[in-house]
Amino acid sequence: MQVELRDIRKYFGRVKANDGISLVLKPGKIYALVGENGAGKSTLMKILSGYQPPTSGEILLDGQPVRFHSPADALAKGVGMLYQDPLDMPPFRVIDNYLLGRSNSVRLNYKEARNELEGLSKRYGFEIDVHATIDSLSMGERQQLELVRLLAGGAQVLILDEPTTGISAEQKEILFESMRKMTREEGKTVILVSHKLEEVQELCVYAYVLRRGQLVGEQELPCLNEQLVEMMFGQVPKRSQRPPFAVREPVLELQDVNIETYQITVPDINLSVRAGEIFGLAGLEGSGQRLVMQACSGLVAPAKGRVRLGGQDVTGWSYHRLQKFGMAYVPAGRLEEGLVAGLTLTEHLVLARPDKKFFVDWKENRQEMAERITTYQIVGRPESTADQLSGGNQQRLLFSLLNTPLKLLLLEHPTRGLDVRSSDYIWQLLYKRRDHGTAILFISADLDEIIEHCDRIAVFSGGVMSRILDARETTAEELGHFIGGQV
Amino acid sequence: MNNAQLIAVLASIVLQASPLIIAVCGEILTERSGVVNLSLDGTMLMAAMTGFVVGMLTNNVWAGFAVGALVGAIFASIVAFGSIRLNQSQVAIGFVLTLLGDDLSAFLGQNYTRMKGVTVPHYGIPILKDIPVIGPIFFNQDIVVYFAMFLIVGTWWWLNKTQPGLKLRGSGERPTAAFARGVDVNRLRYVYTILGGALVGIAGAAYSLDVKIGWSDGHIRGMGWIALAIVIFGGWSPIRGAFGALLFGATKALATILQRAFPEVSVVAFNSIPWLLMILVLLAVGSDYTERGIKAMPKSWQQPLRRVLRVSPPMALGTPFKEG
Amino acid sequence: MTEAQTSDRSWLIRLWPLVPIVAALIVTSALLMLFDASPAVAYRAMWDGAFGGQDKFLSVLAFWVPLLLASAGLVVTFTAGLWNIGIEGQIILGAIGASWVALNVTGPAWVLIPLEIGAAMLGGALWAALSAVLKTRGKVNEIFSGLALNNLAIILTNYLISGPWQPPEGGSFRGTTPFQSAALLPRLFESRFSPLSLILAFAAVIAVYYVLRGTTWGLKLKALGKNPYSAYLLGVSSERETILAMMFCGALAGLGGAVRVLSWFDSLRQSISGGIGFLALLVVMLAAYRILWVPIIALFFSIVLNGSITLQLKTQLHSALGGILTGLMVLFVLLFGSAKQLGIGGKPGTAAGVPDVMPDELPAGEIPPELMASSYPEVDVEAIHE
Repeated sequence: MQVELRDIRKYFGRVKANDGISLVLKPGKIYALVGENGAGKSTLMKILSGYQPPTSGEILLDGQPVRFHSPADALAKGVGMLYQDPLDMPPFRVIDNYLLGRSNSVRLNYKEARNELEGLSKRYGFEIDVHATIDSLSMGERQQLELVRLLAGGAQVLILDEPTTGISAEQKEILFESMRKMTREEGKTVILVSHKLEEVQELCVYAYVLRRGQLVGEQELPCLNEQLVEMMFGQVPKRSQRPPFAVREPVLELQDVNIETYQITVPDINLSVRAGEIFGLAGLEGSGQRLVMQACSGLVAPAKGRVRLGGQDVTGWSYHRLQKFGMAYVPAGRLEEGLVAGLTLTEHLVLARPDKKFFVDWKENRQEMAERITTYQIVGRPESTADQLSGGNQQRLLFSLLNTPLKLLLLEHPTRGLDVRSSDYIWQLLYKRRDHGTAILFISADLDEIIEHCDRIAVFSGGVMSRILDARETTAEELGHFIGGQV
Repeated sequence: MNNAQLIAVLASIVLQASPLIIAVCGEILTERSGVVNLSLDGTMLMAAMTGFVVGMLTNNVWAGFAVGALVGAIFASIVAFGSIRLNQSQVAIGFVLTLLGDDLSAFLGQNYTRMKGVTVPHYGIPILKDIPVIGPIFFNQDIVVYFAMFLIVGTWWWLNKTQPGLKLRGSGERPTAAFARGVDVNRLRYVYTILGGALVGIAGAAYSLDVKIGWSDGHIRGMGWIALAIVIFGGWSPIRGAFGALLFGATKALATILQRAFPEVSVVAFNSIPWLLMILVLLAVGSDYTERGIKAMPKSWQQPLRRVLRVSPPMALGTPFKEG
Repeated sequence: MTEAQTSDRSWLIRLWPLVPIVAALIVTSALLMLFDASPAVAYRAMWDGAFGGQDKFLSVLAFWVPLLLASAGLVVTFTAGLWNIGIEGQIILGAIGASWVALNVTGPAWVLIPLEIGAAMLGGALWAALSAVLKTRGKVNEIFSGLALNNLAIILTNYLISGPWQPPEGGSFRGTTPFQSAALLPRLFESRFSPLSLILAFAAVIAVYYVLRGTTWGLKLKALGKNPYSAYLLGVSSERETILAMMFCGALAGLGGAVRVLSWFDSLRQSISGGIGFLALLVVMLAAYRILWVPIIALFFSIVLNGSITLQLKTQLHSALGGILTGLMVLFVLLFGSAKQLGIGGKPGTAAGVPDVMPDELPAGEIPPELMASSYPEVDVEAIHE
């Protein structure tokens, strides 16, 4: 199916998310849609998949103008979108999840659905257990299930939004292979929205580049990465160089730590992070690395083992006690876990300061926040509320609220969703912290980020931690093997 | 106590629990779609009053039920409109309606207190009622009991075995995903909030026309809250919820028996049982101590125990949904 | 919509806050007519009930005080995101605490009254703490624990009145023997109104205002109410603050209970609270959780409620009418208090709810586009940490 977008505009108030985008997508090909954060990719794809109507502009499928009333309507007309976080029903059984919305009759035809599901899975090399519940599946399996659902619903055009985040190397291969099959053998149209240029080069034949809501370039692939980057940013951002690292005394020590929850057991973690060291934890989401981090922060109590911080045994200490002792934790969801929507930046500062007084001196705190706003280059005012800031500014706000000095800094996906320059800036801040002797432990789904910035790395798979790797001597491929569970 | 007495007590527990079961099933339908209708106590009082009065005036018990259902639907539609269309707090609207229903029923029903009205006729189901033990307990009752039994099975089947049921659950779990599959989430929430409210209204009328016949100020005050607590205790499942309602009825019956057996113990002790029970069951299904207790058990027991003791609400319960 | 149309409607928008009030009056009038009562006569009776004489108005003030105390406490719990429906029970426990002192301690008034007030505040605070601990430790929603505890408090009162504190002349469910006169709050003229209690209530309102506006604790509660998990990560102990907020509210409610037994009644009675706690919840909802609006709304409710009691005496119409009028006002304000939400004079607001699907890269608020579009400033890392 050929897709044509004509002069698509989408305005949110005065913000122009899409500002006159026109492009053509031909059947049988895999396209890439790239651009830095805020370039308007997600908005454009939400318009193409029926989630939002455009403010103006036209969508043509095989030359016929269409108007989508809902995502389901778009799918019925042949356009389906796979989200980074698949839109499925976590507590449902696979078969119920598959059946939801498939028909308008009251009765559920389990037998037919199972055959359909298994047939499609087989055709694309997916393996899905129809009897499992969704929340027991891996991210990759959920994605496969969602793809099958879209295909069964009649998708001729598939949009994939950052599909390789959080899935294993093998699952990525299966996914890419299925996409090649869909385009080459079945003439479907595929659009890959991705930050990862390596994947784009590997898979796609043609790239459209967005910047600030406009189409700024298109390019046959493969090409030089620099060409794409230049179109995305206007200029090539300089990547930071890793400063040398001097081995110092251990700050965080985990000794035979065991963590147990409903879903997973993390056995016998032994780990030591030194002052001024950046230590990365890699692995699929839900492989145990987040639990280890939460055990270090006091949010989860280990079932067994000792945790030491700066030589002090802190096993069983509460999060707040550790916080006072020099631990800081920056979680991934900024507005959900970290900032409070509706509170001003100054109010955040008052809450985060260690030297709290009973009566608040608003004037002094407002001044202090104004200074931090300048220092951390936050676009906002002391009296703006946290939810008024953009993602990158929210992340910088979180960093501006960290106390000094810190013994240990724990980070989850510190640059998730940020563009290259914002990420670089965050890392510069982190390097400053490490120079002051803070031990940094972080989780990231982005292997390149881990390799680029870490001194040492541990990989988690199904709760088990790999041996500890030296970042200078490992490769993304090696990490990929560990993530897949091979030792 | 001999067998016949025991069977009579059990039959009365089933009868007492029936309106609760109806209200619980109604509220489960509402909450599974993602809306909390907190107004149950006021709704049931209003439905009980109007149901009784209309039944009496028309000399037709079914007219009473119809009006009860209508009143329940009206209250529920206010909750639905306020929360879905206006984005107001569901708790706030539900709570105001609770108080308002209480006051309205007292005011509007002031001339009809302590009067004799119509009642639901007894109807034993032929053949089934002659089954020993089970027959007299479950099948020698009246239509309210049969309706409650039908609702347990019907609601369970609708939720778990039908396409509309999947859509209903999907809207309460993850409305964005349901929307992506073509479900009109907000319309569906309207439908089930109003339908659930109508059932709650029928439950209210079932009290004044059958189980606790008649009307007086604050006639069945508190039963709505108990129904809401049972929905939680029942883990949003009609079968477990019905079990909870029967358990509640049994505890009350037990209290009455004990009170007769130990007249020297203050009546206060027995009055407090339902409320203590409410706190205790909510504590059991929610608290971390339960989880710790489960963990102390052998591994093979843990999963079944958890299924019995723990509950988790629909993920999007109480959260508004906006398209696009 | 064009500019002209908007300005045509601006009078409508300005007068809109009156609409729910008028609508509530219309519905109440319709109810009155249903009972063959003339609304004019009924409202006149209510007005007389509140203002028809010094004793009537003092009675309004006497009812106002506990309502004000409970409402002030509720502003704190609402700020912390708590639905303290258990306030009714906290008032009752306050009354029980004060009664215990009044019945068991003898001494001059300047000893008894502080003791009674202390016991009442303690009683209310502990009853509230129970709800709070059930929430933080037991994951029992405070609505349900509060409701159960309300009923248990009523049952406890009945037990005390018919049991240990039964008057010597015989058991009934009516009340205890009247307290010694030194135990009662000094009252104005022959009324039930104690000026001292009003001073305490105003002190409470002012305290709540400053706590929420100028203290770290108030800010912590605000954070907790808006996003408990983020607040926790920012260093706010949700358990500690939840318990403290509930106890703060419980203490004020308990004080209100003391005022009920020590000035409205002179003994512990069966229905000691008389729904003041629930009424206070309505007051605070109508005040949109802002403390400065609480005194005036509480006074208005007090007028309506006292008026409806007179109405019942005069016309035999059930006094629930006052509750209906106040309840309808709150309901109508919730339903169409905001003209914007209804799409009158503007598009329905999106501010109230976070849309499920939003473009991730765009800010939700009013960030000027020039800021949005501005390129990210060059990083000078050295300057940052100097």
